Amino acid sequence: MPELSRRRALGAAAALTAAATAHTLTAPAASAAPSGHHHDSPEPFDEVYKGRRIQGRAASMPEHHHHGGGFEVLVDGVPLHVMRNADGTWISVVSHYDPVPTPRAAARAAVDELQGAVLLPFPAN
Amino acid sequence: MTVRKNQAGLTADEKRRFVAAVLELKRTGRYDNFVTTHNAFILGDTDNGERTGHRSPSFLPWHRRFLLEFERALQSVDASVALPYWDWSTDRSPRSSLWAPDFLGGTGRSRDGQVMDGPFAASAGNWPINVRVDGRTFLRRQLATSVRELPTRAEVDSVLSMATYDMPPWNSASDGFRNHLEGWRGVNLHNRVHVWVGGQMATGVSPNDPVFWLHHAYIDKLWAQWQRRNPRSGYLPTGGTPDVVDLGETMKPWNDTRPADLLDHSAHYTFDTD
Repeated sequence: MPELSRRRALGAAAALTAAATAHTLTAPAASAAPSGHHHDSPEPFDEVYKGRRIQGRAASMPEHHHHGGGFEVLVDGVPLHVMRNADGTWISVVSHYDPVPTPRAAARAAVDELQGAVLLPFPAN
Repeated sequence: MTVRKNQAGLTADEKRRFVAAVLELKRTGRYDNFVTTHNAFILGDTDNGERTGHRSPSFLPWHRRFLLEFERALQSVDASVALPYWDWSTDRSPRSSLWAPDFLGGTGRSRDGQVMDGPFAASAGNWPINVRVDGRTFLRRQLATSVRELPTRAEVDSVLSMATYDMPPWNSASDGFRNHLEGWRGVNLHNRVHVWVGGQMATGVSPNDPVFWLHHAYIDKLWAQWQRRNPRSGYLPTGGTPDVVDLGETMKPWNDTRPADLLDHSAHYTFDTD
């Protein structure tokens, strides 16, 4: 079976999601938001990606181990340590050297990397 | 005096001794302390907050000291061992002797990334992944999968020609030598190699793969080459920078060494090319 690289898999998945959400997006807030708004507060998300639930939302405990500007990401309910770079790109602890554009992309990259394995909660690492 | 050699030129006996010393550190639990320390700094170093091990000017002296600690630990097991370096701009193939079963072992199988040969394969029983971010306890690699190409010599040269060590804002957005070598900007040297190896090397617990040390020994050598090529350039910043380790400030976690103490590698080791 030919292996799909992570980048290509991500690209394909992102294209599919964009197509699927384009016609349902009413975006009242997005139309009023200044450009670059997403750098300050990423869009929340909640989806099933490759059979796993990934969520991104404002952090419930912003001061506790969060370097994502008060944003937290979960994979099947387990917190994934994410970090926002100065240029607005994102990384996670399981894909630390490979910035991607959004926290959702970081969550998907983590699911790709995990190949079905359970994530361990990071304060316990 | 410790001489760090190109891994490609090691004798069979040098490879055997290096591997045995690494396995002994693993067996006694000392190895995993290094993995824990690295991950703590990976999680803690942020672009807009305190940053020491990564995404900051002290990326280079921090890893120099970290490698010295590891090398001294190896030498406490076998005094003849030195850290080899991997020049990935030359040995750029998964078929390199670096990845042979008598040294680090090869890439992982496609199903789960598990390394199946060499002394660090899970099946050999000597290399449990204990400090981890997920449930998998076996060493994984996916050589040349997430990114196809390692940096070229021309790309390395383009970074070595940058005359300024580092620049404000002293983080992943900086211009200058340090950040281009680290890879957050430009052609991407150090970060790309982590991604090329894949598996644990692409994560915060990257020292779980012994190639971590050979990769960083070469990054460290490139710093020495840059100094030789830019003799009038020095470490920056030199004082008064919040959240950033200035030239004369001590670094965590050791708190007894300043970047100024680590600029000259020849006080600690030499390279086979020196």
